[in-house]
Amino acid sequence: MTDYLDGNAAAGPLSEFFAIDVTTARGRCLHCGRTDALATAQLYPNSHGLLLRCPGCTEILLRLVDTGDTVCLDLHGLSFVELHRD
Amino acid sequence: MGIVSPGFFGRRRQGDPALPPGQYLTESFPVLSAGPTPRIAPEEWEFTITTETGQVHRWSWDEFLALKQDDVTQDIHCVTSWSKLGTSWRGVSLDTLFESVESDCEFTMAHSYGGYTTNVPLDDLLGGKAWIAHEFDGEALEPAHGGPARLLVPHLYFWKSAKWVRGLELLRQDEPGFWESNGYHMYGDPWREERYW
Repeated sequence: MTDYLDGNAAAGPLSEFFAIDVTTARGRCLHCGRTDALATAQLYPNSHGLLLRCPGCTEILLRLVDTGDTVCLDLHGLSFVELHRD
Repeated sequence: MGIVSPGFFGRRRQGDPALPPGQYLTESFPVLSAGPTPRIAPEEWEFTITTETGQVHRWSWDEFLALKQDDVTQDIHCVTSWSKLGTSWRGVSLDTLFESVESDCEFTMAHSYGGYTTNVPLDDLLGGKAWIAHEFDGEALEPAHGGPARLLVPHLYFWKSAKWVRGLELLRQDEPGFWESNGYHMYGDPWREERYW
């Protein structure tokens, strides 16, 4: 049993920030360069916030912390996010 | 954000003077996992204190175990709202580890195997307030709970008690660690509910 879920499960919490379901977008890991749909990332939900980790190198792609009054999104682990219009 | 559920496993014990505001009592020991659990063999483990001059004080696992050991019973308070009272730990006081360290710095950054960091003022590590703990409840600390050794700073929210700790860096100025750079409080006093920015 793994500690994490599929990145698909991050779609709801991230919908507060993005007009589209950003988990369907492709993101490039800043650390190893792997480019894949965010839905394939590893989601660690039982933490102090929501963490998406790269399925290739397990480095952090994205952090989301909900403090009640604010939601803090850190995208520094993604060097780009690509969305196809189809 | 429904996927992260604060306050799980708990029940409120109203009026308990040992319970900080907004906290629930738990008898279990929840594991909050932010990533893969590092597995550090004792022969690979080391703990360092690095001063502002770059001087590194270093202890191997055997050298660490040869230091004076403290058995302490402490209440712990997680920022996700659970508290666990009367937990038993064995470890080395930071007072012992800092005996040979000379520094003018007031702040530290704890660094962990796996890349986690958290900032703690030096005053909060000294004076019998913090340990590098390697046993919980009479047993070797499990990797899921930060074994082989974790920082234990029980008077601050438990995210400051860095799991899998590998060193302390002395800093002239306070800097945010992993969670402090994305929403969490720089100090984290549970009695003042210093959870977030």
